[in-house]
Amino acid sequence: MNAEVRAIKTTAEQALTSAYEGARAALPGKGAVAVLRDEAFKRFDASGLPHRRVEEWKYTDLRALMRDALPLAAPADAAAKAKAKDAGKVFASVDCRRLVFVDGGFVPELSDLTPEPGLTIGSMAEALAKGDALVAAHVGKVFETDDVAVALNTALMGDGAVIHVAADTRLERPIHLVFASGETPSSAFIRSLIVVDKGAQAIIAESHENNASQVNCALELVIGDNAQVEYFKATQTRGLHVASLLLTVGAKASFNTFALNSDASLVRNQSFVRFAGEGSTGALRGVNLLRGKEHVDTTMLIEHAAGHCASREQFKSVLDGQSHNVFQGKIVVKPHAQKTDTKMMTRALLLSDEAEADNKPELEIFADDVVCGHGATAGALDPGLKFYLMSRGIDDKQAEALLIQAFIGETIEEVAREGFRDALMTAALSWLETRA
Amino acid sequence: MSLLEIKNLHVEVEDKKILNGLTLTIEKGQVAAIMGPNGSGKSTLSYVLAGKDAYNITEGDILLDGESILELAPDERAAKGIFLAFQYPVEVPGVATMTFLRTALNAQRKLRGEGEYSTPDFIKLVRETSAKLGVSQEHLRRAVNVGFSGGEKKRNEILQMAILQPRLAILDETDSGLDIDALKTVSEGVNRLRSPERSMIVITHYQRLLNYIVPDVVHVMSKGRVVKSGGKELALELEAKGYAQYTDEAA
Repeated sequence: MNAEVRAIKTTAEQALTSAYEGARAALPGKGAVAVLRDEAFKRFDASGLPHRRVEEWKYTDLRALMRDALPLAAPADAAAKAKAKDAGKVFASVDCRRLVFVDGGFVPELSDLTPEPGLTIGSMAEALAKGDALVAAHVGKVFETDDVAVALNTALMGDGAVIHVAADTRLERPIHLVFASGETPSSAFIRSLIVVDKGAQAIIAESHENNASQVNCALELVIGDNAQVEYFKATQTRGLHVASLLLTVGAKASFNTFALNSDASLVRNQSFVRFAGEGSTGALRGVNLLRGKEHVDTTMLIEHAAGHCASREQFKSVLDGQSHNVFQGKIVVKPHAQKTDTKMMTRALLLSDEAEADNKPELEIFADDVVCGHGATAGALDPGLKFYLMSRGIDDKQAEALLIQAFIGETIEEVAREGFRDALMTAALSWLETRA
Repeated sequence: MSLLEIKNLHVEVEDKKILNGLTLTIEKGQVAAIMGPNGSGKSTLSYVLAGKDAYNITEGDILLDGESILELAPDERAAKGIFLAFQYPVEVPGVATMTFLRTALNAQRKLRGEGEYSTPDFIKLVRETSAKLGVSQEHLRRAVNVGFSGGEKKRNEILQMAILQPRLAILDETDSGLDIDALKTVSEGVNRLRSPERSMIVITHYQRLLNYIVPDVVHVMSKGRVVKSGGKELALELEAKGYAQYTDEAA
C-alpha cells in the first residue's frame, strides 16, 4: 500500500484552502501564472501544512503551531500608511532607497522611486498582472523546491518588489524593502524578485515589523556572473513569519547575507542557495536573540552545483526564558563540484535552563576533492569569565551583557559594511538593554 | 582600625575543607606576603576575599574597615577597593581591553557615587599607565588577554590594578610563569603603587618575588591556616629550609 494517507484538514488548512478558492480569480496573473498557482496549491493540498514528521520541519511543526489562518490582508488604509512612514527603524541610520509595503502591498507614495540608470523597480502584483517578461522568466524557477511554505506562497502570492539591476550597474544607494503591517492582523503572501545582472553590485536590506499578522514571504534572488550582492534582513514580529530565500549564484560572483531576528515570536527563515557557476563565494550569517516563548528556526540548503566555490555559514543565538532556537544547515556538494570549500558554524548561548537550542548540521558530499567543515555548540555563559569581570567592579547584569555582546559581536563584526554593521549592533544592544 | 581582619575563617569547596580557622590582619599601607606549600589554601583565600561563589563559608568573618563583606557581590567588593590580580587571568574574547577597563572603572566610580571619567581623561590615564608597564597600544585594542603570553597577561593585571587604584590588592602568584625581565617590570609596577593608603597581599610560593617586592610582614600558611608570622627574613629562612617543618607541625 503506497496510497498517501492524509489526516483530516486542520482549521488553518481549511482556512487556507478557502482563502485560495475565494481569491483565485482575483489574484494577479493569468495564463502561465494561474497554472503555476494551481500546481503550487495542489502541492499544499496534497501534503497540508508541514509538520514534525516532515524532516525539514521537524522542530517547527507549522500544523500544530498555526491554530488558524487569518484572512488575506485588505489594501492598506490611510492610518496604516501613516504608521508605515516610520517603519524600518532597524536600518533607519543607513542612507537607503526606501520601498515601503503595508501588509505586503506596495505603497508607491511612501517609496523612493527616483530614477537611477540601470535600476528598474516595480510591484510584483502589477508585474504578474501584465505578464512582465522578467517575472515570467524567473518566478517559480530560481530554485525549484517541494517545500510547502514556498508552494503556499506561490499559490497565494499577492504583491512584493520586482527589482532589476542591469549589467555592470553599481547601485548608488542600498535598497531598503520596508515591510510594515496595518492595525488589523491579517495574512500576507509576499513575493519578490531581484535580478542582479552580470558584473552589477547591489545592497538590499529588508525589514519586517509585524503585529500579530501571519506573513509568508519569498524572495527569489538571481545573482549573475561577476555580480556582488549583500542582503540584510531584520525581523520583528508578534505573529508568524515564514520567509524563504531562493537564491542562484552565477560564476565568479559573491554574496553576503545577514539575518537578525529579535523580538520575533515565531519565525522560520529558510534559505535555498545554489552555486551554479564556478569560482563564487558566499556567506550566510545571522544572529537570533530570543526570550519568553519565542521560536526562531533558521534552515538552509546550500547546494554546490559548480566547483571552486566557497561558502561560509555562521549563526549565533542567545536564548533566554523558554525560547527555542533551531538551526538546520544542509550542505550538498554535487559530484562534479570539486574544490568546494565550506565551513558552517552555529553556536547557541543559553541564558536560562528552560531554553532549548537544536542544532542540526548536515553534509552530503559527492565530490572527492573538497574541504567541508561544520561545528555546533550550545552552552551557558562561562562563570569564570563573569567572575573576572565582576571582580573588576562590573555588576552582574552588565557583565552578562558584555559577554553576550562579545558572543554575538563576533558574528556582527564580520559584516563589512560599516553602516549596516553599526545598525545591527545597535539593534542587538537595544535588545540587551531591555533584558529583564 | 585595621584595613582587613579575617577571623577564624572556615571554607569548604564541594564538602572539602580548604580553610580551617584562618585568622589574619592586614594593616593600612602594609605589604604582607603569604607563603606556603601547594594546597595550603593560598589561592582559595584570594578567591574568597574577591567574592567568588562556589566557596562555602561555614564559620568566621571577613571585615573590611570593621564591616563584614561576606554578603557583598564581587563588584561591590571591587568598589570598596578590593582587587585580585589573578594567578591565571582569563581570556575574554570579543571584549576589547579598553572597553573593559573603562566599563570597570566607571562602574566602580558609579557604585562609589563618583562621576564617570570623560573619554579624553580616560585615554590619557590608560596611555600613561600602560607606557610605564610596557603594555602596547596594540594590546589595548585587542580583546582582553586573548592571544597574550603569560607575561603579557600578568602585566595586564597590574595595568588594571594601576588604573582601578584599589585599597587592598591581592596578588595571587603574580610571579608564576614570568621570566626574570617580566618579573622585574611587573614588580616595578607593583612597587610604584605602594602607598600608605594601599595594602597588598602578595601570595607566592617562592621567595624570589620578595626580592623585588619587599614585604613588611610574612605569613606562612599550611593546611588552611596561618601557622607562622614574621618579618621579611622569614621568607629567606623558608627558602633555605623549605616548608616541611610547617606541614609536619600542623599535621
